Amino acid sequence: MTPDFHKNYFELFGQPPAFRVDMTLLDGKYRDIQSQVHPDRFAHADEAQKRLSMQWATFANEAYQTLKQPLSRARYLLSLNGVDTAEESNTSMPAAFLMQQMEWREGIMEARAADDIAALEHLATKLRAERRGLEEKLAALLDQAHDYPAAAEAVRMLKFIKKLGEEINLAIEALEN
Amino acid sequence: MALLQIAEPGLSAAPHQHRLAVGIDLGTTNSLVATVQSAMSVVLHDEEGRGLLPSVVRYLPDGETQVGCTAQAMQSADPHNTIVSVKRFMGRGVKDIPDAERMPYQFVDAPGMVQLKTVAGVKSPVEVSAEILRVLRERAEGVLGGELVGAVITVPAYFDDAQRQATKDAARLAGLNVLRLLNEPTAAAVAYGLDNAAEGVYAVFDLGGGTFDISILKLSKGVFEVLATNGDSALGGDDFDQRVFCWILEQAKLPPLGPHDSRTLLTKAREAKEWLTEHPEANITALLDCGMAVDLTLSSVAFAEITQHLVNKTLQPTRKALRDAGLGPEEVKGVVMVGGSTRMPNIQKAVGDYFGQEPLNNLDPDKVVALGAAIQANVLAGNRGEDDWLLLDVIPLSLGIETMGGLVEKIIPRNSTIPVARAQEFTTYKDGQTAMSMHVVQGERELVAECRSLAKFELRGIPPMVAGAARVRVTFQVDADGLLSVTAREKSTGVETTVAVKPSYGLSDEEITRMLTDSREHAKDDMAARMLRENQVEARRLLDAVQAALDEDGGLLDDPERAAIGRLMDALRAVTETGDSPTIKQALETLNRGTESFAARRMDRSVQKALSGHKLSELEVGEN
Repeated sequence: MTPDFHKNYFELFGQPPAFRVDMTLLDGKYRDIQSQVHPDRFAHADEAQKRLSMQWATFANEAYQTLKQPLSRARYLLSLNGVDTAEESNTSMPAAFLMQQMEWREGIMEARAADDIAALEHLATKLRAERRGLEEKLAALLDQAHDYPAAAEAVRMLKFIKKLGEEINLAIEALEN
Repeated sequence: MALLQIAEPGLSAAPHQHRLAVGIDLGTTNSLVATVQSAMSVVLHDEEGRGLLPSVVRYLPDGETQVGCTAQAMQSADPHNTIVSVKRFMGRGVKDIPDAERMPYQFVDAPGMVQLKTVAGVKSPVEVSAEILRVLRERAEGVLGGELVGAVITVPAYFDDAQRQATKDAARLAGLNVLRLLNEPTAAAVAYGLDNAAEGVYAVFDLGGGTFDISILKLSKGVFEVLATNGDSALGGDDFDQRVFCWILEQAKLPPLGPHDSRTLLTKAREAKEWLTEHPEANITALLDCGMAVDLTLSSVAFAEITQHLVNKTLQPTRKALRDAGLGPEEVKGVVMVGGSTRMPNIQKAVGDYFGQEPLNNLDPDKVVALGAAIQANVLAGNRGEDDWLLLDVIPLSLGIETMGGLVEKIIPRNSTIPVARAQEFTTYKDGQTAMSMHVVQGERELVAECRSLAKFELRGIPPMVAGAARVRVTFQVDADGLLSVTAREKSTGVETTVAVKPSYGLSDEEITRMLTDSREHAKDDMAARMLRENQVEARRLLDAVQAALDEDGGLLDDPERAAIGRLMDALRAVTETGDSPTIKQALETLNRGTESFAARRMDRSVQKALSGHKLSELEVGEN
């Protein structure tokens, strides 16, 4: 007997299926659910309860993490609308975006070669601004225009940017050690 | 209308009866047991009034063991058989132990985990730890006057799966029902946060005898959410002692020393370090077996210099944890210091400088973890009502699987909130391939060789297909103790093979039984009697749990369903007092199965309650 996990994540947290989410409400709902289902509530219960509690808490964590991060939220929303973001297979990007990516990468390499942590941190700040811009765009594409193919492309771009952010972090870590 | 329930005489579930539960800090240097008494968390003392139990176990030729102070007093006299800092060996192989050759032990390289040769035979670190836990359990049962319902055992947050599993096995071996493995910094945060009504982002800096953890937590409205954790499970006060020890060797120009002299000087080194906490210099004097004398003075300035690299080793994980949490040091509201080693002034200064604020030292760094664990044990045992706090913890290290070329494919990233599950599909690379070998690893590196190997298993019976056609779905599930289980399933042809893996270093039931039989204490026991007792305890625990569920939510069942569960309970109750082990076990399982649907309904209702209980007005605001 397994719980009904077919409920979609937005329904689970009582949210309308949209890219713009009310984070305070999401956090609150997540905590309400966890405070009911978390394994700590069932540490002294029987095996069936323990197992169900782990399944439910796992499901709530998965749902919450998916909706909390803009990238996974957008991807999930698209999948609900039957759109695959094809992040592995579709690598075509607008030329201007690719050019900009190359500039970022050069920036990271130069800062790293120059042992310049401050420059890397500056890049990270700039990248955050870039990411926020893209998220705004995604919100408009998903919630207003309902232009899913364009949104799927924005998701792919966002993933690029996220990877860049990870590279910057790795470079900072490497210099710190 | 719900029927009134009347408990059977003598077997009353007594819903409000206080269940005895303890928190245990199984430390590298010292261990403690604490419990909640009259709403206060207190450390339990031994007959001599001591709270700290030195984590030292000595094996004697006649099979007796000494644990704690008596063992510690003999560590120089009997270094081979007196095991100190055993926590450093938990879930570790010989090659993982730095300075193994400088230690007085005879290591035996065993698959999964190193073992130690003693006068009483070869011992696994799990068995040694179990001796410490057993003493603490007996202490608690003596003071509290009854059998424990369960215990929360703390582990360093940065412990990997192997180290956690080893700790849980040790507790099992010591006859403890583990309610939860709780991360040490999280336990400290519970004690600190509840005491100080703290809200906001806090860092817990936990430097113990042999392990270092840094956790970044968000505390708000009774929720303790770990945002990120990092650390070094082989860095602690012991390393500072070792540094001073090496300094003594250099300064006094000593030749290589025997185990007895080494142990003597290590003790001197530790004493000097502790002295320097409150004094500008420490004298180190010793007369050695080899005929040489040591007479040195170590200043706190020199101490800070020779240990600077160790201090830096704590700051690296600290920076990483903050980065993972997406925060800067200035966003941390307070830094809670935990672990005896945070008493060192150079640690206090480095942490203060990094965070730009005075660290918080208002809780006893030696006791705060055990006190927090006891508070949580009290809740987990069911001694408190509805509106409690919630701990949301994370896994410290990524989990992955080996792919072609010795590379790691990460399946669950570090700092994921637990419990968590992730599935990934894999396929065959050769035509007609019917088996796949899976290698599960933990760590952040890209190469398998640089991560910790957790388990290897084979999935057989894949129908022959062209390369790339098979679909093998591997699911990783990490439970609330941070422990992993893996299942794999081939599903392209509808033929499903499911494999459940237990990591290779985990103990099987047979091994636990063997260890129990081996240990002198239990050799005297009749194993069958012990097994019977355990099954009876388990049966009573289950009856208690089901009765509590019926009291609370009996209305979810119709009369025939309630009667059916009642019959299963009666059956279990009857055999518990009179039956043999297998009969009790069978009745236990039958009742467990018989309550599954009830459990599912209760859970669904809880979730519904969580959702609908919230004010509808908030939902409407959200939709605007």
